[in-house]
Order: sequence, then structure tokens, then C-alpha cells
Amino acid sequence: MKVVVCTKQTPSTTAVFSVNNGAVSWEDSGGKPNVVNPWDEYAVEEAIRVKENHGASQAIALTMGTPDSQEALKTCLAMGCDEAILVSDPSFAGSDTLGTARILAAALEKIDGAKVVIFGKQAIDGDTGLTPVQVARKLGWTPVTYVSAIKEIKGHTITLERLLEDGKETVTTDLPVVISVVKEINEPRYPSFMGIRKANRATIPTWSAADLNISGGVGAGASQADWSHVYAIPAREGSVEIIEGDSVEEKVAALVDKLFEEKVI
Amino acid sequence: MSAVWVWVENRGGEIIAVGKEAIGAARMVADELGEDLVGIVFGHNVAGIATAAFDLGCDEVIGCDDETLDKSRIEAVGPLLVAQIQEHEPAAFIIGGSTRGRDVAAWVAADLDLGVVTDAVALEVDGDVVKATRPVYAGKLLATAFTKGSTQIVTLRSRAFPQAESTGNSGSADWIDAVVDEDDIPTKVVGFEGKGNTVSLTDASIIVSGGRGVGGPEGFEPVRELAGVLGAAVGASRAAVDAGWIPYDHQVGQTGKTVSPDLYIANGISGAIQHQAGMRTSKIIVAINKDGEAPIFKLAHYGIVDDLFKVLPALTAEFKKRL
Ligand SMILES: Cc1cc2nc3c(=O)[nH]c(=O)nc-3n(C[C@H](O)[C@H](O)[C@H](O)COP(=O)(O)OP(=O)(O)OC[C@H]3O[C@@H](n4cnc5c(N)ncnc54)[C@H](O)[C@@H]3O)c2cc1C
Ligand SMILES: Nc1ncnc2c1ncn2[C@@H]1O[C@H](COP(=O)(O)O)[C@@H](O)[C@H]1O
Repeated sequence: MKVVVCTKQTPSTTAVFSVNNGAVSWEDSGGKPNVVNPWDEYAVEEAIRVKENHGASQAIALTMGTPDSQEALKTCLAMGCDEAILVSDPSFAGSDTLGTARILAAALEKIDGAKVVIFGKQAIDGDTGLTPVQVARKLGWTPVTYVSAIKEIKGHTITLERLLEDGKETVTTDLPVVISVVKEINEPRYPSFMGIRKANRATIPTWSAADLNISGGVGAGASQADWSHVYAIPAREGSVEIIEGDSVEEKVAALVDKLFEEKVI
Repeated sequence: MSAVWVWVENRGGEIIAVGKEAIGAARMVADELGEDLVGIVFGHNVAGIATAAFDLGCDEVIGCDDETLDKSRIEAVGPLLVAQIQEHEPAAFIIGGSTRGRDVAAWVAADLDLGVVTDAVALEVDGDVVKATRPVYAGKLLATAFTKGSTQIVTLRSRAFPQAESTGNSGSADWIDAVVDEDDIPTKVVGFEGKGNTVSLTDASIIVSGGRGVGGPEGFEPVRELAGVLGAAVGASRAAVDAGWIPYDHQVGQTGKTVSPDLYIANGISGAIQHQAGMRTSKIIVAINKDGEAPIFKLAHYGIVDDLFKVLPALTAEFKKRL
């Protein structure tokens, strides 16, 4: 049994965005504008743990993205993944989640023995959270989302805990399975010194469209969603009103007046 | 053109908050398109839910009452919805963006090769097209997006739309049969541990939050007291969560919960960009911080520059007097 983690390279959380003629770009003063999608760090950690604790033979990291997404995959190798695969082709640019799902599903079909595929709960750029279930549908596997614990993998059965708005649900299902994980599941490890050295020496194979048996359309032309109108958040009208007063009591009384006027109490 | 559909998410015999918000938003879309609104009511023992869906403004209800639908498992819900959408080809399908709602949108879109716009905070109708405004890049930018397929699927951010209200409307639902047998559903729900009745952050209309400025676990006491008086939920910055002062479920921000309450009171929170990502769509933001230069004041509508340990107890006392 192999475990695969699907991870995306996204802008860092401190990136500052600008939009020019509809084109989005970003910079990061820390000099690292792109990172492993923060939600996917939990997925990478969990994949490594499935290998360590549940007997998977290999943990493999898989990314669909531009060639520079290799950087994110190196982080996965440094953390402890055994292999990383980049799926990249100019024709993939502009895919929506469904196009992405078709590509990832085709790549997963090529990985012999993959039984558990782990996703983050969402990517912090598009923030859709659709991809895990859509990959599962394209593979015909069972999706289980918002997983907060992998309790047991026994034969062909996996027991999972999910974190939903109203509580924790425990489910069992059959392998192969596609899961998405939430932050509660673990504490991601830092890359080790040895891991970083290994990652730097690794050559990451790239699979192109020609290497895959993709069914259905991919890329901008096949996208079913139009996102072209992206813009900066209009500045909030007016500036903050700092409540002044001679005493704390006076200030809070004035604030409470305002909040009643705003009808938010 | 054909009808607008809405996912009537229900649990424990009631339509949950995002379900009511979805009905309200979908009613507006249906009216603009000049179409009927069809409520989709799936579950077990849901006759009352169908009645409630009519009352909240649905013109028609397609219902399925079956044991397999009891726990909202996507493998039971998905195929039935896909079959219904193929048969009726609704113009739009509006879904509240809960965890289960997102799964529904993803499944249906994957099987029918449709697009989805997730996390809408505003909707408008332009000709036949439903255009949704939604935050992208963790709320740092906005996009106006739409889908191209025959059925336009949109999920809504919690609390971004007002809940539908009682209209007095009634009707009889069109009850259909489930299409998947229990034996063909691999996933079994073997346990559920409810959260009890603490106010959940995403549903709360008021949130009182604490950050590093509260200084320690006991610093959340005055935060909780104010929240108690206001019937509010308690939020936190990541700094407070990482310090172990409060559990992660309370974290607001890019790697925590995204919230849109009517009132967000930030105490001892500097307003880092990642914190803003989770709370900037709040209607009224109040910041209490002893540093008048803290970035949170750029976002806040009202601010008090002072020690939170003085302000919070005074605020609690003032509300106790006036509520
Ligand atoms: C990948 C990543 C993801 C992140 N995700 C999130 C997230 O989801 N949510 C989040 O919140 N952060 C997140 N962060 C962290 C974020 O960058 C900030 O570090 C964090 O929000 C700071 O929390 P804070 O405002 O409580 O603390 P600080 O920035 O230390 O601010 C404390 C504030 O309290 C004020 N203060 C102190 N004492 C008092 C007093 N007695 N009375 C009044 N005011 C007082 C100070 O003036 C200061 O402004 C993330 C960071 C990274 C790298
Ligand atoms: N291009 C991609 N390559 C690999 N994994 C991806 C890609 N896009 C999304 N994912 C995975 O799908 C999850 C949900 O992404 P999204 O649906 O875009 O919010 C992410 O957390 C990743 O685990």
C-alpha cells in the first residue's frame, strides 16, 4: 500500500497582492513568495505518519503546477516523503478545480498501489475545497472530507474521525479512499537537516500531459468557471472612530451608545 | 430557463442557519430571473422540513425521505441529486457553504462537468447569469465569478446573507425515492459526538476575541464574561492559540475560522494580515488595544486605545446595565 499526498504551491500567507489589468501578482518581503499550501502541511505530515504507523510502503507527494512548484515538493521530501512527482504541462494552465481533478486523478492512476490519498482541506489561493471530492469522483473512490484523525487501517477498512460544524463524526469505509484533513489532525514536523540535504539532491520527475491518460478537458479553455474579474478590496469608507473620554467608564458608555445605534446588539 | 434550486440543509428536524440563508439568497435569485424556487429536502423523517421550506418561501419542494439519507452521507445524497439535476436541469443551484454543503457542490459538479463558485458573499443576476462576489487569496482580493454550464452552482459563505423569514406559504412536496441502497454505500457512520450548545464561531452574530494582549489563559476570563453577557462566541488570534491559552477551535484567521458576525470585538489583537483574512467581512469591528498604532485600527470602525483589563470589565458592566 502506498500513500499519496496531493499538495499545491500557493502564495505565502504574508504575500502582498496587486492587480494590474486583471493580472494578479504578489510579493513577499520575507523573500519567499510561494510555499506549500499551509493547509497541506497537515496532509504531508499525515501521509508520513500513515507510512510510519499504518504500514504504508511509501509516502509520495504529488503536485500539479508550474515547474517552479518543485520548490514545494522539495519541502515535502525534506519533511520525509520518499518520492515527489510534479505534473506539469503548458496545456494545464488555467484549469479550474474540475480540470485539476482530472489531471490529478490521471496521475494517481499511474501510481501503482496507491490506496490512501490525502489532501489539505483547501488551498489558500482559490479557497474552494472542492478538489478532494472531485478527484475521488474521477477515480470512483470514496471521499471522506474534514478528517481530524485516522484511527485505524485494517485490511481494506479505514476508520476516520471527521470534524464538522456540529461535532465529531466517526466513519468506517473501504480502501481506496480520498481524504482531506483539517489542522486538528497533527502537528507538522520541521524538515530535518538530513531531509533538506536529501531533498536538494533529489531529481523530481515531471509528468506531462503526454504521460497521462486524462479523460475530459483541462486548462483555461475547459474551465467551467470564469474568475477573470479579480480586484482589490475597496477601501473601507471612513476611518476608525477612536472613542475618547476622561475615564474608561465614559469611553465604554460612548461605545455602547454607538453599538446600539449601529443595531448590532 | 428553468427553476432555481436551493439545498435545504437540515439536521435534527430543523433547517440549519446556512440552509435558511441559502433559501433567502436563492429566493432573491429566483425573483430576479422570474423563476420558481425549488427547495431540495433530503433526510430521514423530513416531512416537517418540507413544510418549513414552503413557509420560508419555496414554491415547490422535491423531497426524499429515506434512512440512507439520515446522516447526510455524500454517497447517498450525491447520486440522487445528480439524477434529479439531469432530469430537471435547474438554472441555478444555491448551497449553503457548510462542510457538508461543499461536499454536495463538489460531487454534483464533478459528475455533471459543471463549475462551482464557492464562498459567495454577494449575488447579482445579470441577464441569465448569476454573478457571485467572493473573497480570494485568503480574503486579500475579491473576485466576481460565474459558471458557464447549464446549471450554475454557487455556495454561500455562512452569515453573508440574511435568513429567509416565514411567509405563511404552504404546499405539498414531490416525494421521490432514493437511488442508492444501504448495501452500496461503503461509508458507515459509527459514532457522533455533538458539540453541545456552545455558540459556534461561524454561526455567531457577535464574537468577542482575545489575542496575545490578554497575557495568559486567565486573560480570557474577562473576554468570556463579556461574551456571556452578549450571548457571543469567543474567538482568538493564532498567537493566543499557539501559546496554549485557548483551544484551536477558537482561532479566527487564515488558518483558523472565517467569520462574518454583525459585531467583532478584538481585544489585544494587533491585526496581522492573517488574522484580518478571517474577520474582515464582519459588519462592525471594534478594536481595544493599548497601542494606537496597531494595524487593527485600520480595519476597525470603532476603537478604544487603552488597557483591555480596564476596558473589558467596564464594558461588561455597562452592557449588564443596558441589556
Ligand atoms: C502560515 C501562517 C498562518 C497564520 N494564520 C493565522 C490565523 O489564522 N489567525 C491569526 O490570528 N493569526 C495567524 N497567523 C499569525 C499572525 O501572523 C500573527 O502572528 C497573529 O495574528 C498575532 O496575534 P496577536 O494579534 O494576538 O498578537 P500580537 O501581534 O503580539 O498583538 C498583541 C496586541 O495586543 C496589544 N496589547 C497587549 N497588551 C494589551 C493590554 N493589556 N490591553 C490592550 N492591548 C494590549 C498589543 O498592543 C498588540 O497590538 C498566521 C501566521 C502564519 C505564518
Ligand atoms: N494543483 C494541485 N496539485 C496538487 N494538489 C492540489 C492542487 N490543487 C489543489 N490540490 C489539493 O486539493 C486541496 C483543495 O484545494 P482547492 O480545492 O483548490 O481549495 C488542496 O489543499 C490540495 O491538497
